Amino acid sequence: MSEAAVTVVHAGWAVPAAGLLGLLAVAGAVLDGFLTARTTGTGSSGLSQPFGEVARLMRQRRRTTVAADSLLWRIGGSGLLLMALMIITVVPLGRWTLFDLDVGVIWFNAMDVLAWAFVWLTGWGANSAHSLVGGYRFLAHGLAYELPLMFALVAPAVGASSLNVGEIAAAQQGLWFVVWMPVAFLVFCMGVLAIAVWGPFSPALGADVAGGVTAELSGVDRLLFQGGRYALLAAGAAFAVPMFLGGGAGPLLPAWAWVLIKTLALLAVFVWLRRRLPAARPDVFMEAGWLVLLPAVLLQDLIVAVVAAGRS
Amino acid sequence: MITHVAFWALAVVAVLAGAAVFIVNSMARASYALAVSFIAVGVQVLLMQQNYVGVVTILMMVMEMAVMAVYMVMFMGMNPALMPMSMVHDNRHALAVSIGVFVLLAAGVLLVPWPTRRGAPPVDVTEALGEELMGPKMLVMTGVGAVMAVTIIAGVVLAAHRTRYDRFGDDLRRRPADDPQPGGVGR
Repeated sequence: MSEAAVTVVHAGWAVPAAGLLGLLAVAGAVLDGFLTARTTGTGSSGLSQPFGEVARLMRQRRRTTVAADSLLWRIGGSGLLLMALMIITVVPLGRWTLFDLDVGVIWFNAMDVLAWAFVWLTGWGANSAHSLVGGYRFLAHGLAYELPLMFALVAPAVGASSLNVGEIAAAQQGLWFVVWMPVAFLVFCMGVLAIAVWGPFSPALGADVAGGVTAELSGVDRLLFQGGRYALLAAGAAFAVPMFLGGGAGPLLPAWAWVLIKTLALLAVFVWLRRRLPAARPDVFMEAGWLVLLPAVLLQDLIVAVVAAGRS
Repeated sequence: MITHVAFWALAVVAVLAGAAVFIVNSMARASYALAVSFIAVGVQVLLMQQNYVGVVTILMMVMEMAVMAVYMVMFMGMNPALMPMSMVHDNRHALAVSIGVFVLLAAGVLLVPWPTRRGAPPVDVTEALGEELMGPKMLVMTGVGAVMAVTIIAGVVLAAHRTRYDRFGDDLRRRPADDPQPGGVGR
């Protein structure tokens, strides 16, 4: 623990890092398009789905609503992408990181609660009943998923005796945390799906409320919001790699390649899960979050704490 | 140098966003103006190398304002949150009180003989803070935590409209409980 586990690179590398996140997000969108094409049987391949959608939204006129709170609406819509970019600043790509923050785990936590603000503001800003209902559905989900997610982040931090993401990755040399912290890993993955308003947590964008939060979004605004969701899935998958999946550990290939491979694999699982899991109704999921997930993840933390105390 | 400029710029942002809370005419804008003010303060704390406290300030304040958004629409009668409304009440008294408090604090800042730094800051400030909070004061923290939890639960119990007799019947034997809102665990 004495020498730094990672090297901080020049700030200029933030641009390639953002580009890499963009590529991962596009990969997620392409996979989703491919799965959609296979399910519905429309279109020759999945490629037309994301790229066609981007082209369509880029030239679509921006819809306006009566008495919209445009400032908050725009902040909310573009915020998800910003969150994803902020998250990956503390994720080490093998040996390199943009920002070697000693409290990187809390940094991720602070960024993931921004989803509460941004998704709700997107629902609020349009001054539309459907989008506001969507915004409240997200906050109701948030009240159920946030505490289990926070305690899930505690487990690897206690296991490695550090809040620094690089040191947590380095602490998994012998055994990946996912092996002996499976509950924390699953709850963390649930949290990532939730901040991306994805899969079980998509009732906020439900068809029964005309698309919910996104009901009135159009053109570039919708592109930013939807792109932000894919970017958040990618950033969450990238953050899971140093936290639970051993960071850059792996045979033959260099560490950065393993980080990317693991990120892509987890991202693919996230995208694939969208069609495999039922929607979590916010009111019903509240009880599941507090009575099942929270005790389960606290028990996980207890086990990790006992093991960590026994080692030291 | 850059740190100093950033610190003062953030101070200006914090004060302006704080003032905006009372100038805007929408509950949502007021809530998030307050959040911006707190985030600026959190980043200032980050600049003072108190990384843990700074990031936690940002985390808690954003979440707090989001929860406030839930409550303001849920509990305010006639739903003023959805229409423009003034964010100030009882102007004259409020102005007098706030000017008084400002003068008091500013006088304190200027008049108190601030001590010069003794020793050097610890290498790991987060760890030092944890030691300070959780070391010899652990008993106090545990006591305060339990009292706070009991207070919250007691407050909810006293405020709740339905009692356990409504849920479980007069002999407390009804299973599953009769809840207006069914839960996800199937009790």
